Amino acid sequence: MTKVVGKPLKRKEDPKLITGNGQFTDDIKLTGMLYMAVKRSQHAHARIKRISVDAALKLPGVVAVYTGKDVQDKIKPIRSIWLVPGCDLIAKDRVPLAVDKVNYTGEAVAVVIAESRYLASDALDLIDVVYEELPAVVHQEAAIEGSAPVIYNDVPGNVAFTWKAGEVPEEVFANAEVVVKQRFYEQRVAANPMETRGAVAQYNPGSGELTLWCTSQNPHIHRLQYSEALGISETKLRIIAPDVGGGFGAKIAVYTEEALAAFAAMDLKQPVKWIEDRQEHFLATSHARDQVITTELAGTKDGKILAIRTRNVASLGAYLSTMGAGVPTIDFGLMVTGAYTIPYAQAETIGVYTNTTPTDAYRGAGKPEASYQIERIVSLFAEKIGMDPVEVRRKNLVQKGSFPYTNPMGCNYDSGDYQKVLEQALEAAGYAGLRKEQEEARKNGRLLGIGISTYVELCGLGPSAVAGAIGFGGGLYENCTVRVHPSGKVTVLTGASPHGQGEGTTFAQVVAEKFGIPIEDVELFHGDTHMISMGWGTYGSRTTPVAGGALAIAADRVIEKAIKIAAHELEVSPEELKFEDGAFMVKGDPDKKRTFKEIAWSANNAWNLPAGVEPALEGQCFFDPPDFVYPFGAHICVVEVDPDTGVVDLKKYVSVDDVGRILNPLIVEGQVHGGLAQGIGQALWEQTVYSEKGQLLSGTFMDYAMPKAKFFPMIESSFVESPSPVNPLGAKGVGETGTTAAPSAVVNAVMDALKPYGVVDLEMPLTPEKVWKAIQKGRAVK
Amino acid sequence: MIPVSFDYVRAASIPEAIQLLKNSNGEGKLIAGGHSLVPLMKFRLSNPGTLIDISDVNEMKGVGIVGSRLVVGALTTHAEVAEDTAVLAHLPVLAEAAKQIGDMQVRNKGTVGGNIAHADPSADLPAVALALDAVVHLTGEDGEEKVPIQEFLLGPFITSLPETSVVTAISFAVPPAGTQSTYLKYFHPASGYAVVGVCAVGGKTAEGLVNHVRIGITGAGDCAFRTEQAEKFLFGKPATLENIKQAASLAAADGDMGEDLFASSEYRAHLCKVYTERALRKVLG
Amino acid sequence: MTKKWNVEVKVNGRVKRAEVEPRLLLVHLLRDEFNLTGTHIGCDTSQCGACTVMMDGKAVKSCTVLAVQADGAEIQTVEGLGTVDQLHPIQAGFWEKHGLQCGFCTPGIMMAVNGLLQDNLNPSEAEIRDALDGVICRCTGYQFIVKAVQQAAETIRNSQQQSQVVPAEGGSV
Repeated sequence: MTKVVGKPLKRKEDPKLITGNGQFTDDIKLTGMLYMAVKRSQHAHARIKRISVDAALKLPGVVAVYTGKDVQDKIKPIRSIWLVPGCDLIAKDRVPLAVDKVNYTGEAVAVVIAESRYLASDALDLIDVVYEELPAVVHQEAAIEGSAPVIYNDVPGNVAFTWKAGEVPEEVFANAEVVVKQRFYEQRVAANPMETRGAVAQYNPGSGELTLWCTSQNPHIHRLQYSEALGISETKLRIIAPDVGGGFGAKIAVYTEEALAAFAAMDLKQPVKWIEDRQEHFLATSHARDQVITTELAGTKDGKILAIRTRNVASLGAYLSTMGAGVPTIDFGLMVTGAYTIPYAQAETIGVYTNTTPTDAYRGAGKPEASYQIERIVSLFAEKIGMDPVEVRRKNLVQKGSFPYTNPMGCNYDSGDYQKVLEQALEAAGYAGLRKEQEEARKNGRLLGIGISTYVELCGLGPSAVAGAIGFGGGLYENCTVRVHPSGKVTVLTGASPHGQGEGTTFAQVVAEKFGIPIEDVELFHGDTHMISMGWGTYGSRTTPVAGGALAIAADRVIEKAIKIAAHELEVSPEELKFEDGAFMVKGDPDKKRTFKEIAWSANNAWNLPAGVEPALEGQCFFDPPDFVYPFGAHICVVEVDPDTGVVDLKKYVSVDDVGRILNPLIVEGQVHGGLAQGIGQALWEQTVYSEKGQLLSGTFMDYAMPKAKFFPMIESSFVESPSPVNPLGAKGVGETGTTAAPSAVVNAVMDALKPYGVVDLEMPLTPEKVWKAIQKGRAVK
Repeated sequence: MIPVSFDYVRAASIPEAIQLLKNSNGEGKLIAGGHSLVPLMKFRLSNPGTLIDISDVNEMKGVGIVGSRLVVGALTTHAEVAEDTAVLAHLPVLAEAAKQIGDMQVRNKGTVGGNIAHADPSADLPAVALALDAVVHLTGEDGEEKVPIQEFLLGPFITSLPETSVVTAISFAVPPAGTQSTYLKYFHPASGYAVVGVCAVGGKTAEGLVNHVRIGITGAGDCAFRTEQAEKFLFGKPATLENIKQAASLAAADGDMGEDLFASSEYRAHLCKVYTERALRKVLG
Repeated sequence: MTKKWNVEVKVNGRVKRAEVEPRLLLVHLLRDEFNLTGTHIGCDTSQCGACTVMMDGKAVKSCTVLAVQADGAEIQTVEGLGTVDQLHPIQAGFWEKHGLQCGFCTPGIMMAVNGLLQDNLNPSEAEIRDALDGVICRCTGYQFIVKAVQQAAETIRNSQQQSQVVPAEGGSV
């Protein structure tokens, strides 16, 4: 039996997707299905004086119109699931439809249910809402000033919470030889999966069962929340995530439109479909980042870092989204020291309500922000003491042999050789040669820049006891069932909910290798709360480390049971058997054996089972990992800036990542590429922008620059594998490496390019105009 | 994103299109490729009562040489222009620009006439049209009319096209022998439209004196414009780098610079200068 | 009430008819009337290309074409590209080179690639990236899409060479 784990196998998921046979939410069509469209506020902050729906109701084909008043007693507000403790959090829950007041542009005020999506669109134009505009507050730093308009009377200064972790004794900064301080703005961005959100709801008035197909990364969390909001027992609410066209965090959050579609389906006793269009998606689906981070570093002249102190003013948007409070606090604050041995750290985060779309997780969620500020400040520190940024990193990286390393916030970095990864990246990029090339280029007035990021991130969420301690309203274990059918073919069921990450293949690889069967014999099933035991979904690079852990153990349980049955049939004790290449063999007498397939049949027919062994062959595991995992990597970016226009040309990008044990290198590399495109996108092009009055100015793909193929060179990726000790597969997770590493690698490169002009920092995205203006300013100073 | 309901009719000939426009009482709009109009209709920013489909009017298709002018039928797609042998032989700059419009799918459907008639201030063709002394051929109730491009483009999405007239073709002057031309575009990273697009045509005498120069700029402002001051400065002077730079510094002088999320008017003016310099160096270097 | 139009299109080789409102978008005709749901919608502004189909042999964005404009046209969607048993080289390339992750944009991207390769079977990396200007993929960072296109081009080139070689008996390769 050849080994399949670690092989670059093509994906099992693909044949249906490349032939147009995928089934995404909008592909579902039910008899009698109605269509929902949402009337949204055009104001960022306004009182609702009156809503007239009569004209809409009169339009032929319109079945119903609901306003906030119609549903306020029927659908409960959607709670945030992550109530971070110890920070006096005031959580503002989303109501299904605004009743008295709207708090951001795009907030839903009414829904229309009609016989077609065309008619539903027409009806929206016939709903008349009279508003009384209120002054809006858009930016978080303005929102906490005393003079700012207050969104909620019981939230003074718009401050939802003030969170603190760690402490740096004042004398560390007072006595430090070198102190570097910089304000960074992690601009607001949008995850923008290519499939927008959507839902199809079907209600059976006889059984009282409601089936909700929706674009979810975590159907069980959606069930938890919607069963509460709609007052339906979990036994009657079936959430199905069909094929999901990307999520990147935006489909973790629990929103109101899906609940409204479900409510309408129950009320009208007809199926209801709602599909967000892209403009709606920009308004109604969570945004991310939007954190103003001020970082101070204390260090020595010879390059040792002594302390990091951060203050993060984070915009939550108008409501506390599902994980809205956790992202800028726990996810960010625990990782502010990055991959370095820094004795002291302190993080403070102020969560602020603003008249904007709520913010929530986006690929990396808090870790990209933490990584950005530490990787930028370390490069600024190097600059200040006149040391090569690589040298400063070499001096401070967590040393080989000191794992697990506990950072000042209590995180236990699991494994690795950070120096080796860095050296491998330097080698791959030809760092020494690049510096020489840069020197030559500068002589000719060319602006070549080299940027480095040695990031580490907290992934594989996570131990449930920790989840409870940090206020997460659920567990973070994961579940896998390995079901062996009479034929020996295997179905794996998991509570994780992959939507492009390829576990249909990698999990099959694991099972195929464990059982010694062909990968074709293994199918992964997920995304259905009626069929799958409790699970928590796909996000936070948790599927392979956590669900994969459950998978490995569940598969081992199958083998354990199968050995008992095989031993019974071969009339030996289980200890006398070994299981290799799909066969249970008597040690020393390999001809005496049973194949996996034979035992699958024996177990399922149960004609002759050993005493105390139950029929069938199925293993299940709820794996609660003992700790998080910590992917690490070194990325090197080379750019050339056009001094005439400020355009940044991405010349080279080298990534070396240690994501633990690799199950399928093809899929892992694909994950790196995708994350990098988003991370580079944030550094150079993407930004969600509001006007001062809270109008969304970047509300279509005409304005919001999604990275395109021609923006990139070929990325040079390679890997180092240090298995993680905290899960059976040794995996660390890979999905979020790119968004965590790339922004600082790119910005460090551009700042390095602009060094001749004395530019210290620019806010992302580094649009040509911004860069050009910095060059102009530098020229003037010169 | 769903358009408002409308009536749809097809015209088989130019006179029929004119008659249908007349019948629609100002509520009618012509549609060919639809790639300018349909997106606006989906946003309900344009809500014509009647769409008159002229895509079957064969006399408005194709490219030909008439005297010293290249005539492009209004229904010719950008993809066809980019590959057309007459265009490549006589006006390669038009193909160069056509290749940079939108993306492959848009070029397959979008038409030259639609692009010009839509008068999007960030569209590429107006720059080329201005640099090549283009003339818009119209047919209306009173017959045919030829309108110089500068009199046709009046502002953002505003033209002098009468309500019941049809743009049938655009003709471009083939520049004198020995001239060079180019279209350089700084594209918007999201929309792909021109933040600034510069079309320059230039020629010089054996002695190196500039004897032909035309520069059209699009994207920078509310309306594409000819850089008359830059052209005037350069004409008759030696085509030196210094003169090119000085001319380029006048590039924005004839336009009203616009401003959006991506680029301020200051930056756009600067881009006009940089891209004009680059274009002039290419055609006069 | 606006007058409905009868449209007839040949979709993936089969003639189909429908009575449509003039405002019906081609993508909705394909998806909702003809149940060809492989073609997707990712934006409203003709940027993302998830809705790309071949119309009379050219790649177009079906969200920006009215169904009435497609009357009489030949349309090819992803469902007409190849089957699981007999994949088109583009599909095979995307599969083998891991050119897709969530797979939502993939049908449109493959149709755009189809448009590229029918004009240019030997595209450079830059030409491939340019041809992908009308599509957006959020998952892959395009790296493996580029490789998928290169592989597809090579497969098609090879098969064309072979088919040219076969009839030329005795000729040199």
